[in-house]
Amino acid sequence: MDSSSSSSGAGLGAVDPQLQHFIEVETQKQRFQQLVHQMTELCWEKCMDKPGPKLDSRAEACFVNCVERFIDTSQFILNRLEQTQKSKAVFSESLSD
Amino acid sequence: MESGFGSDFGGSGGGKLDPGVIMEQVKVQIAVANAQELLQRMTDKCFRKCIGKPGGSLDNSEQKCIAMCMDRYMDAWNTVSRAYNSRLQRERANM
Repeated sequence: MDSSSSSSGAGLGAVDPQLQHFIEVETQKQRFQQLVHQMTELCWEKCMDKPGPKLDSRAEACFVNCVERFIDTSQFILNRLEQTQKSKAVFSESLSD
Repeated sequence: MESGFGSDFGGSGGGKLDPGVIMEQVKVQIAVANAQELLQRMTDKCFRKCIGKPGGSLDNSEQKCIAMCMDRYMDAWNTVSRAYNSRLQRERANM
């Protein structure tokens, strides 16, 4: 049997499903990690004065609020963008005819 | 010679690349990259907080500040991670 065709579709663009699943899971995890890095950096600026011996409860609450408001902001932007795009869609559709 | 050389390795390609090994190596590389990212941002933030006008060396108060800052940054990171995770779970529950 031809050795190249006995491998699981390497030449056909199909990926080993185990590897495919792994890639999807790790990509998801990385997206999460990246956002945590980003939000920690942003919220540090907003919530931290002088680093003390421990994270006091006010600073901790600030970090939690900061995360929530950041995600709210992100959703707000997406929603509003979608709305303004809808009113523009009629315009761009008539151009593509 | 045996024709089933590649089939012992999970059947996902040529003879030598065990996908299990690849996945483990990738996980390690990802973990290293995340640690580097964390260190880089932590260094940036703690330098800003703790070093005023740069002197000829790091004095004792600066070193103490940096040490505390590192711990607080880790606390902050963990708090953000938990808060984000909770929010994601709440969003999924609402779908």
